[in-house]
This record gives sequence, structure tokens and C-alpha cells, in this order.
Amino acid sequence: MSEDLLVLQHIRKSFGSDDVLKGIDFSVRRGEFVTLLGSSGCGKTTTIRIIAGLEEPDEGRVLLDGKDITKLPPNARSVNTVFQNYALFPNMNVEDNIAYALRLRKVRKPERLKKASEMLELVQLAGFEKRMPDELSGGQRQRIAIARSLVAEPQVLLLDEPLGALDLKLRRQMQLELKRLQKKLGTTFIYITHDQEEAINMSDRIAVMNNGVFEQIGTPDEIYYHPRTSYVANFVGNANIYRGNDGVFAVRTEKVKIGDEPGCVIPAVVKEKSFAGGQLRILVALEDGQELTVSRFGINSELVPGQKTKVGWSAEDAVPVIDDGV
Amino acid sequence: MSMDFSGTVSKGRKRKRGRSWTLLVPIYIFTLLFVFLPLIYMVYLSFMTKAEVWGFENRFTLENYKKILDPLYLRTFLNSLKLALISTLVNTAVGYPYGYFMAKLEKKKRDIMLLLVMIPFWTSELIRLNGWIIVFRSKGVLNLILEKAGLIDKPLKLLYNYQMVVFGMIYALLPFMILCVYSSVEKMDWKLVEAARDLGGNAAQAFLTVTLPMTMPGLLSGVVLTFIPSMGLFFVADLLGGNKIVLVGNVIQQQLTKGRNLPFAAALSVVLMILTSLFIAAYRRITKTDQLEGLI
Repeated sequence: MSEDLLVLQHIRKSFGSDDVLKGIDFSVRRGEFVTLLGSSGCGKTTTIRIIAGLEEPDEGRVLLDGKDITKLPPNARSVNTVFQNYALFPNMNVEDNIAYALRLRKVRKPERLKKASEMLELVQLAGFEKRMPDELSGGQRQRIAIARSLVAEPQVLLLDEPLGALDLKLRRQMQLELKRLQKKLGTTFIYITHDQEEAINMSDRIAVMNNGVFEQIGTPDEIYYHPRTSYVANFVGNANIYRGNDGVFAVRTEKVKIGDEPGCVIPAVVKEKSFAGGQLRILVALEDGQELTVSRFGINSELVPGQKTKVGWSAEDAVPVIDDGV
Repeated sequence: MSMDFSGTVSKGRKRKRGRSWTLLVPIYIFTLLFVFLPLIYMVYLSFMTKAEVWGFENRFTLENYKKILDPLYLRTFLNSLKLALISTLVNTAVGYPYGYFMAKLEKKKRDIMLLLVMIPFWTSELIRLNGWIIVFRSKGVLNLILEKAGLIDKPLKLLYNYQMVVFGMIYALLPFMILCVYSSVEKMDWKLVEAARDLGGNAAQAFLTVTLPMTMPGLLSGVVLTFIPSMGLFFVADLLGGNKIVLVGNVIQQQLTKGRNLPFAAALSVVLMILTSLFIAAYRRITKTDQLEGLI
């Protein structure tokens, strides 16, 4: 038994002339919480559909627990999916939805209803057995969908932007809850999101996807502090990409020095000042036209748009990255 | 009966309607005048006495209903029921897969198929049935082809029998079944089927537990729209069955015209209505459907 539970080997997939996955390699360890992070259309949903068996790759193999499952239908894989819009069966009540997988396995009715109740308790919705899906709120449906997928005790649970339809506050709460659930059950989770905060909060490892390839796979720390490419630096850390004579660097907005602060050597002009999320953001333009964002906590700065100033940073704050044009 | 293939009445819409009930007054008046009152009149008529020459006398009687118990008429009812059941079964067996696969076609092909199903509606039913007579009669197209091909020695006698009437019913009603099934399959959320497969269901299990229940309202509408007319489309039996096949619809029509017995025709109609209602109710009970797809 190897440590890698799920292995993707050089998966390719195209729809017509659209190459969605361009030969990806990826492995997930047992009990790991892995997030596929990327903007829409980057291929993350196709990736998990291939893992689930809802899509067949043009090339490559999918291995689960060492066995090749590439050609297996979805029902023959120990993998379950929490769909983006939950896909609860509207013709069944909550307990029948949750017990669905057990019904297919011919588990006797009293037993499967008992199991459904246990699952409801696990997702903190005890007493909701007889409700119909259309009587539930978005967050409740979400939990039912998770319970329905977990009841089958899959080796891998795939979650396709499960919190995408919820409001911010509920999303934060559900993030914690999902993480708690995953720790408790020890199930391997593969989670899809386009929200870098969500990815950083929940994941053991993050795989940043762009244009059908993985830009970088690593722990949240690695991704955030040591981005491999300019895309990752920008997408995950909202970092500035500085293209200088001696290479391309990612510099985090809070690490950029400005004005009277020591180390400012590059002439710049203030273009905009804005306040968002407890931070003051100053957009400056360098002489060669590059724009950089500087952020500071608080709302005060004497700088005004149009004013000439200087910017700079310490050498250790400039992370060299591979430039992929972002 | 009005048809709207676009959708069912949802709970939400019903509530909305409640608020703007004044808009519904014309519909209520229309229904009262043209559906409810005639129905009451028909039931009333069925208890009256036949007049000597034409019309009826306002004298209460149960004679009309007693007459239906005559084996001659009972057999007609049984015949009609049997024919309606066969026609509905075949329509379901052919129409469901047809509508299902049509809805799953890509848009362009689907539109062509839809057009092909709709085209028959542009011509009168009578003309189309006469078309079949031209095809099936002794010196008709089919016999000619078979003879020329050397498959038969003498013309087959295809027309004017029970099978032909069944065929005619199915032919006349199949488009209704197809369109009803199509409209509900087209609205299916296929993510649900994926979820069923994902949770361990094979293709057949996913169909039986998700697709079929979800499209049941469409199927039920199709059953209603094919079963009820199968009992009453007298001209199909007239044209394709000669005078040999007599259905309830034919008896009612004959009693109204040649028989000049309005009260008896009314009584037959009432019994027919009750029978069909019972069948539909039983079907709904079995399939647990409470809404009709594409039917308001």
C-alpha cells in the first residue's frame, strides 16, 4: 500500500478544438485535503469529473489505491462527488436522498434510515429527515449533499465549488465545518475553488491550475511565500510582478516600501489611492510604465495622486518567479 | 382542453395567482359557461326520458342507465377499454423512448425531429386516415408493392378489422405522447443522473430512480392525452374498422344522430367519463404523480 491514494498520470482531455487538460500529473496522499485552485475555465472541474468517471480522458491514467480505474464507470469507483449546485433529488426527502447510495447497495430500510439519521447528526441537521430539498436553505442543501456523498464511505470525496452559492459569512463557517468533518472522518478530500482565501484556509496542499496545466503544487505556505510563477504570485498572493533588468520578481503589496521609508530608490508617480478591507491601497506607476500596488493597514497617508515619490523593497522580499505573462 | 408544452403550474405561481385573482375572473366565467354548465346539462339529460320523435321529455328515469347494462353495450365498453389500453400501452412503449431520445439530441437535429412530429397536426385527421386507406386497401400501395416484389400472390386483406383500428388510434395519438414526454425530458436536470451514477447507480438504476420519476408528469399527461381519446375517437373506428368495430364513441355518435336518443347518448357519455376518470385516478395513485406536464 503506497502513500499515494490517487494518482493522475499525464491526463489529456479536449472538447473539440479546446484543449482543456494538457497532460497533467498529480497525486493525492491518503487522508489529505487537496485544493485545485484556479479561475473558471482552467480545467479544474474537468479534472474532478475525470476522477469521478463522469468524463473519460483522451490520454493518461487514473489510479486509485494502485488500481487503474480510468475506464471504470462512476458507479464502480469508490469516489463520490458533491456537485456545484448540490444536485439533490427533488423527488425524494432528505433521508431518502442521503440513504440513496445505501438503497442501491440493497441495505435494508431500517438500517439505511438509521445511517441517514447518523449522517444528519454529523452535518448538524438532526431532525430534518422528512424535509424535501426545496424546503431547505442553500447552506442546508449543501450539508445534505455532503452527507449524501459521505454515506457511501468513499475513499475520495470530490467537492466542486461547494460553497460557491453561499454568502460570505456562511462560507467562512462552512469552511471550518468542512475541515472539521474531514479531520474527523479521515477521508481524502479534493476540493475545487477559485477563492484563494478558501484554499489557504482549508488545504493541506494546493494545486494552482491555469490553462489546463498545474502552475504549482505545494502547501499553502509554499504557494503564498514562494510562488513559482508570476501567475501563482498574482492569483494566490495578489503580489506585484516586477520585471526588472535582473529578472522577474514577485513582491507582496505590503512589502513594497514607499516615500520616506528607507530603501526607496525607484522613482514613481502616485496614480490612485483607495481603501478596502481595512487596508489603504496605493497604485503607483514606474517610469517604464509598470504599475505596482502598495498596501498598508490604516487609512492615512500623505501621498496624493499625481505626486512624485520613490518605491523600493528589501532583497529578501523579492521572490524570483518564472514569468508567464501575468 | 388547452395545451401548453412549456410547463407545469408550480406552487409559487399558484400563490402569485391568488393575489391577482381578478385576472382570473374571465377564465372562471369561461370554464363555467363552456365546461361546467354543459357537463351539468349532460348529467341532467342522462336522467330524462327520450321523446317520441326528437329531443327529450322532462321526466326522470333510470332507463338510460339500465340500458347500458345490456350485454351488447357492456361488451362495447369492454371493447373500447381494451382498445384504449392497448393503444396507450403501445403509445407509451414507442412514445417514451422517442420523446426521450429526441430531447437528448443536439439542438439542430432536435428541431427537425420536432417538426416531423408536428407536421401531421397541419392536416385534418380525416384526410390522413383516408391516406392510410389508400395505402392499405386491397388495390392499395402496400399490396401493389408486395405483389410486385413477389412476396404475395393475391392482395392481403388489411383494412376493416380490429388491428387496423388499433393502428389508427396509435397513429392518431402517438404525437401527443411524444410531445408530452419530450417536454418533461427536455427540462430534466442531467446533473441528477450524474449524481445517481456517482452514488453507485448503474445506468438502469439511475433511470428508474431518477429519470423516470422526474419525467412521470410528462408520461402521465401523455397517458391522459392518449387514453381518453382512444375511447372516443369514433371516426377512426368508422374509417378503418368499417362497420365491424364498434366503440363507445361510435355508439354515442349513432345514438345522437341515427338513433335520435339524446338521453341515452348522455348516459353513455357520463359512464364513459366516470370510467376514464377512474382509470386516470388509478394511474396517478400507482405512479404517485400529482401534476400534469404540459397540460393545464
